[in-house]
Amino acid sequence: MNVMTPYHSELPVRHDGFGQLLRAEWTKFRTVRGWVIGVLVAVLLIVGIGALTGANSQCSVADVTPQNPNPPIQACPAPPTGPGGEWVSDSFYFVRQPLAGNGSITVRVTSLTGLYSTHGGFGSPQNPTAGMTPGVQPWAKAGIIIKADTRQGAAYAAMMVTGSHGVRMQWDFTHDVAGLAGKVSAASPRWLRLTRSGAVITGYDSADGAHWTKVGTVTLAGLPATAQAGLFAASPGYSANSTSLGGASSTGGPALATGAFDHLGRQGAWPAARWTGQAIQRTTDVALPAVAQGFTQTAGRLTVTGSGDIAPSTDDIDSVKHTLAGTFAGLIAVVVIGVMFITAEYRRGLIRTTLTASPRRGRVLAAKAIVLAVVTFAAGLVAAAVTIPLGEHLLRQSGNPIVPASALTMTRIVVGTAALLAVSAVLGLAVGTLLRRSVGAVTVVIAGLVLPYVLAVTPGILPVGAEQWLVRVTPAAAFAVQQGVVQYPQVNTVYAAGTGYFPLAPWAGFAVLCAWTALALALAAFLLRRRDA
Amino acid sequence: MTDVVHAEWTKLRTLPGTGWLLLAAAALTAVVSAIAANAVTCPAGTCQLDPARVSLTGIDLGQVIVAIVAVTVVSAEYSTGMIRLTLAATPRRGQVLTAKAAVAGTVTLAAGAVAVLASVLVGHLLLARHGITPAHGYEPLSLASGPALRAAAGSVLYLELIALLSVGVATAVRDSAVAIGVVLALLFLFPIISGAVTSPAWHRHLDQFSPMTAGLYIQATTNLRSLPLTPWQGLGVLAAWAAGAMLAGALLLRFRDA
Repeated sequence: MNVMTPYHSELPVRHDGFGQLLRAEWTKFRTVRGWVIGVLVAVLLIVGIGALTGANSQCSVADVTPQNPNPPIQACPAPPTGPGGEWVSDSFYFVRQPLAGNGSITVRVTSLTGLYSTHGGFGSPQNPTAGMTPGVQPWAKAGIIIKADTRQGAAYAAMMVTGSHGVRMQWDFTHDVAGLAGKVSAASPRWLRLTRSGAVITGYDSADGAHWTKVGTVTLAGLPATAQAGLFAASPGYSANSTSLGGASSTGGPALATGAFDHLGRQGAWPAARWTGQAIQRTTDVALPAVAQGFTQTAGRLTVTGSGDIAPSTDDIDSVKHTLAGTFAGLIAVVVIGVMFITAEYRRGLIRTTLTASPRRGRVLAAKAIVLAVVTFAAGLVAAAVTIPLGEHLLRQSGNPIVPASALTMTRIVVGTAALLAVSAVLGLAVGTLLRRSVGAVTVVIAGLVLPYVLAVTPGILPVGAEQWLVRVTPAAAFAVQQGVVQYPQVNTVYAAGTGYFPLAPWAGFAVLCAWTALALALAAFLLRRRDA
Repeated sequence: MTDVVHAEWTKLRTLPGTGWLLLAAAALTAVVSAIAANAVTCPAGTCQLDPARVSLTGIDLGQVIVAIVAVTVVSAEYSTGMIRLTLAATPRRGQVLTAKAAVAGTVTLAAGAVAVLASVLVGHLLLARHGITPAHGYEPLSLASGPALRAAAGSVLYLELIALLSVGVATAVRDSAVAIGVVLALLFLFPIISGAVTSPAWHRHLDQFSPMTAGLYIQATTNLRSLPLTPWQGLGVLAAWAAGAMLAGALLLRFRDA
């Protein structure tokens, strides 16, 4: 006769602590082969698509000239780099003299006029301004400047009148401070002054030449003892963005600005006797050729005509973001996994066991969210950290210059991408808990996350206003966290999602996704508690 | 075969969500189209604008709901185990798939026709108020013109093909979440990657292969020369994707245990 001994589990008896719950959910996650494969697929998709876009984005130029009709094809050159390491456009007409040591320059501006091209190019090489329309661009500029040397990208500080933004003091490309408002004319001229003391440059403006107001003081690091100083004029190209469909289909062309100056006064060490005029530019700049630019000097009056812009460069391709195009594929994969992490329990009836074992339902949801977030965050971190260097390497090999980004920006993009995947997966989990149906939940999340982005970046689908609105309020706003380029108010360009610019700041955009997720999660916890499983 | 179709119709009809989803597909399509048409500002009358494309913008969202319905037709049976009963009752598995495709196609046709007609009507009314008039050099949107009729009828066909693609994918992968994920990835990833690749040749190829981008060429009525494919060729690309998915689904259904 057999003696039956009652079964006792070998496991020690413990409370249903949150640690056990986490462990239970982690065990569920790692033992479903499809989900583990899904996470690996997400990583491979991100890396693979990054490599694909990097390797297939050839960029090459050939500098065709009459002397050399078949020049060798070369990689696209990078724009000049400013003192802060950022890409800049630095082309203007410079009427200069060396300034050896301390000193100041004062001038009165009596007019700012301009010409612009609406057809993309300019007239013949002999007569470049033929067929251009009179009119001054909003950020056309003319004034006085002190610049380290005539290299493109060299440090500078300048006082200027602009087409429709009043007097400005600008320095080192990214800095811009407003002075007197209003347009310049013979009736209301503007007086500008720059004084240099060592590396410190101070800008003043005045409406009458007697009462001066300080606009700004700036220290230019590494300003040599002998700097170049004088008058300048520049005008960014004209562009008309059709306010309707197709953000990319803007028309425009180079433009020209002419400033008229008098009452030119100098103090300090100016060793040269006369002014030298020079067009600071290179062939790839959006500017008219040097023959269209120049200066005249008659009886104390000077006019300076220049083309181009002194400003941060904003029409670059956001190379970092391009390498991360695969994020969307990874996102779809982790959303599917996030949804299945809860709907599979409903389908198999496992949810009843889970809730019997852990009757505090909110904690079950929290444990699931944490496990999911940690796994997908780790996967996203690996994927982004591999993809960005790999993609940039391939982009460089196919001839693309790489937008310079600081270590801080890079970290934000890598961590942001991982966080994007993690929060999206949790959003999938929350919506899956709400709807308890896989198909509906996956569709809701992807339609909220990915579809607005597709609509916003595909040219010709949505009007620009609607596009901006879409990437501001929908969860797709979170893709701002991957933005690698910076938007500057002093540069007019198409700031749309399609060209890499999001209306919200990186973490603000990400916060929009977090808010949606928090809302869904709260609603899911509430319904999970109230509803029968 | 009639009985099989009838059985499938009964299954779909008696699901509580189907009617609402189809209604939502039509309503959302019309609403999104209306928003897009209303957002057009064309003061100078010089913008490059395709009135048909704008009026049918809602299809971009409507297709997603059509995909839900079509995926559910197949994957709901797998998640409940009903598929084993269905295949026991109809051992000719090809017939089951054909019946499912027919039923999903029919309801899509009905919802799609309503959605497209509503969008065209809304577009006709709203675009005229935003300067898209003959005075500005635009043809008013009307189904009497050949290209506009092609865009409208083609959009219904587009939704139809999306439904078939979804049925095929769902049959092949069986799990509902994975199926809808695959369908949406097929639709949305091509335009995103195409936007990231700067090489013109690859850009063009990706657009030509993309089921969504190429398929929606059927809505284009202006600037046809700038498209990498003609409108009907574009719809043909989507048809090829749908046929491929259906074939893969049919083969897997035939040779795999349910």
